[in-house]
Amino acid sequence: MKKIPPGLKEIQKDLSLKNITCVDLVKNYLENINERKDLNVFISVFENEALARAAEIDAKLKSGKAGKLAGAVISVKDVISVKDKKLTCGSKILSGFETLYNATVIERLLSEDAIIIGKVNCDEFAMGSSNENSFFGPVKNPIDTTRVPGGSSGGSAASVAAKMCLLSLGSETGGSIRQPASFCGITGLKATYGRISRFGLVAFASSFDSIGIFGNNNYDIAALLKVISGHDSSDSTSSDISVPDYTELSEQKFKPEDIKIGFASEYFEEGLDPDIKKGVLEKIDSLKGKGFQVEEISLPHTKYVIQSYYILTSAEASSNLSRFDGVRYGYRSENSQTMEEMYVNSRSEGFGDEVKRRIMLGTYVLSAGYYDAYYRKAQKVRRLIMNDFENAFGKVDFIISPTTPNTAFRLGEKIEDPLSMYLNDIYTASVNLAGIPAISIPCGIDRNGLPFGIQIMGKKFDEPGLLKIWNNITE
Amino acid sequence: MDTVLSKYEPVIGLEIHAQMKTKSKAFCKCSAEFHSSPNSNVCPVCLGYPGTLPVLNENLVDHIIRMGFALNCSIRKVSIFARKNYFYPDLSKGYQITQFETPICENGFLDISLRNKETKRIGVTRIHMEEDAGKSIHDFHDDESLVDFNRCGVPLIEIVSEPDIRSTEEAFRYLSKIRQTLIYLEINDGNMEEGSLRCDANISVRLKGEKEFGTRCEIKNLNSFKNVSDAIDAEIFRQIKVIESGGNVVFNTMTFNAKEKTTSATRSKEEAHDYRYFPEPDLVKVTVTDEWKLKILESLPEFPDARCKRFMNEYSLPFSDSDEITQDKFFADYFEEAVSGLKSKDETSIRIVSNIVRAEVRRVLNEQKIGIKEFNIPGKVVSMIADSVFAGKVSVTASKEIFNILLKGNSEEEMISLFNKAESDLSQISDSSEIESVVLKVLDENPKEVQRYKGGEKKLAGFFVGKIMQESRGKANPKIVNELLLKNLETE
Repeated sequence: MKKIPPGLKEIQKDLSLKNITCVDLVKNYLENINERKDLNVFISVFENEALARAAEIDAKLKSGKAGKLAGAVISVKDVISVKDKKLTCGSKILSGFETLYNATVIERLLSEDAIIIGKVNCDEFAMGSSNENSFFGPVKNPIDTTRVPGGSSGGSAASVAAKMCLLSLGSETGGSIRQPASFCGITGLKATYGRISRFGLVAFASSFDSIGIFGNNNYDIAALLKVISGHDSSDSTSSDISVPDYTELSEQKFKPEDIKIGFASEYFEEGLDPDIKKGVLEKIDSLKGKGFQVEEISLPHTKYVIQSYYILTSAEASSNLSRFDGVRYGYRSENSQTMEEMYVNSRSEGFGDEVKRRIMLGTYVLSAGYYDAYYRKAQKVRRLIMNDFENAFGKVDFIISPTTPNTAFRLGEKIEDPLSMYLNDIYTASVNLAGIPAISIPCGIDRNGLPFGIQIMGKKFDEPGLLKIWNNITE
Repeated sequence: MDTVLSKYEPVIGLEIHAQMKTKSKAFCKCSAEFHSSPNSNVCPVCLGYPGTLPVLNENLVDHIIRMGFALNCSIRKVSIFARKNYFYPDLSKGYQITQFETPICENGFLDISLRNKETKRIGVTRIHMEEDAGKSIHDFHDDESLVDFNRCGVPLIEIVSEPDIRSTEEAFRYLSKIRQTLIYLEINDGNMEEGSLRCDANISVRLKGEKEFGTRCEIKNLNSFKNVSDAIDAEIFRQIKVIESGGNVVFNTMTFNAKEKTTSATRSKEEAHDYRYFPEPDLVKVTVTDEWKLKILESLPEFPDARCKRFMNEYSLPFSDSDEITQDKFFADYFEEAVSGLKSKDETSIRIVSNIVRAEVRRVLNEQKIGIKEFNIPGKVVSMIADSVFAGKVSVTASKEIFNILLKGNSEEEMISLFNKAESDLSQISDSSEIESVVLKVLDENPKEVQRYKGGEKKLAGFFVGKIMQESRGKANPKIVNELLLKNLETE
């Protein structure tokens, strides 16, 4: 087997020099997938199709007609629709379901000659922080197989970390890209809400959900982001702000003296692992040393993030998941005589515990008599959290924090304790409440040799800034 | 019982659902066409496939703003959609997209005319946009139900009245006028039987003079004018009976049994759905700019009341004729087409057109059970007939025969040539000697009647005129016929 270069730029150079072919790349990734089946990363592998497409793109390369993403082999979280393929969302309730259309992001990737190698495992309907809530079993962390890869996009993070693909499309509602990126030692970008079309992303909480990207470096992520971003007439919530040349910007660096970095003490309080705290603070010191201005800012409503996040996302989820009823597609319970039994049994048997927990919570907070006390109040809190960020970004360009309070925990360690699991989102969920972009960049390793990330939060639509500062942080 | 009934006053509010005539559905590109084979107008979006998102059809917003203006509503600058959550197999997403806290049109009214010639103003609380559900079919198979999703996602508006309606007659008049307005705006076809217009009625009763409202009940899904009237009557009667027998009306959702003309409860308040409304996060706010409103205002048609008044002024029609013609927008359009084709815009010739459309055209529409749009004789052909009558070329009787001949025409050209031929065939005869020979022939053939006439049965004159007109195929000038008939009967 030929050695695969580490990044897209090098891959595309080797392709142009004919040192390698797309078929070589796909074969190499397929071999890694087959060797590490124990990690339980993939739900579907498009082996023959990916090889056939690789051959086509090799031909296009010869004639000089290949797209911008020729050579990018990508895995896709199984909550994103790929035409005529199984779409499971990690759930039993979509048993036997094949979707009829491509998500907008998939259309855009294919039009630039990316190769989709398969669909990867995730927490059921993207609800979870450990990838243990999948009907297809947990994904194991490639760095330590006794540990979780994080979630909900655990399969995406593991597929990139275990070199089963170059890049992965994930999704997040409260940190489901950044947290597994941190746990698996890679980079994960969550773009501004509205930057990337959600059409074809199975909704968990519509006003929070974002598609995002896992990769090994900022250039690769930028190349993918450039292709999938931009307005989509099928998603009214997608933004029509023009798409900058992320790839070019990702090769630039900031002059440290031009940039103010915010440091919020709310993100360094009790509950943060000491190794992570030390690592992130050291990184901040080194940035200071390079000449960046670091300023203390306050995000006073941080203590309400988790509560409002779970109320609002569960409310939206309870409605979004109503369509899984056994009527038109997916799982329908055999043991039903009446219509009501069909609903109750199909949904009781088809959904896992965590999904049911959130549907019940969401149904409760939207119910007559509770709506004002929970849903409406949480909406107000969300507004206050947005204001916190608006105020902070009036003073600084970026806010820096740990991505997670701990490194990858052991399989089974938190699954019986949902509240402690929910606290894994404590540093990430505020970003989704505010709709801003953020990136998790590998920062260091803890006493057990496990990686952790540093999180950079940016102003709305400042993806270029996050891609640029990646260079300052990792140099 | 009548004296008991007269002690009470009903309080009624109507919720009218009207399907909007847009090409595509409210939130996807599927056709909103009514008559299609089951599940042929569907796509992943309206079928609620995972990952799909709604995108608002802006024509729906145009349509509802038109209705908002017609009903004197204020138009909200920024409104949002909400989700109404409930489970039913014909509701593909498990929620209906509708408007809840911020309807786009609010605080309007509609004036209705009553039998006693009074005008009453009915308040319109709100008009909002929503999508329809699919259609469940339970009677096709014994042991399973089927669902047709063609209707799922079809745009509707819901028009909610204030509880200002005080009688079945008022309810009927209000519903008729809403229907008429929708048709005038060309945003709904007004077809209650096919379900493109549906009505729910909220009804309570109270003793006359009482200030507080009684407890209301809601009758769902009334699908004809007759059912609306009958159901309201039945529910008023039921509630009075409950109160008179010492009971209390309790809030219930009712259905109407059209055969037995009774209402019965389907759902009580305790069993009522909790729809868990919340803002629809997949859609953005609807912002109606002043420019948008202005553009719609400028495109509004003339409404029935104004048109009726104009017809009275412009065409010198009596109220009853003008009102009759303007009830149906397209009928009134037809009338105006015929008037505009007249060679002489004389009051008399316009009156002839009015008579032809109200009598002959209306008769054919009723016989063939069709609307004016399906009628084959173009308005300008009616103008030719009226011109011919006005010019004295043919008699009114002959014009009716010409009309019937033209009904068989397949194209305008064919009708024009049929008309020219019929006009000359049936042209009025004013030559006295020619008419007199017909008069004499008829008198010769009916000696008994002549004897009876002479014996004093003067009303037989009508019989003779009829025979003479028949003999002359309506061509004889009636005035000359009368003169010559009398002359011959009296002198013989």
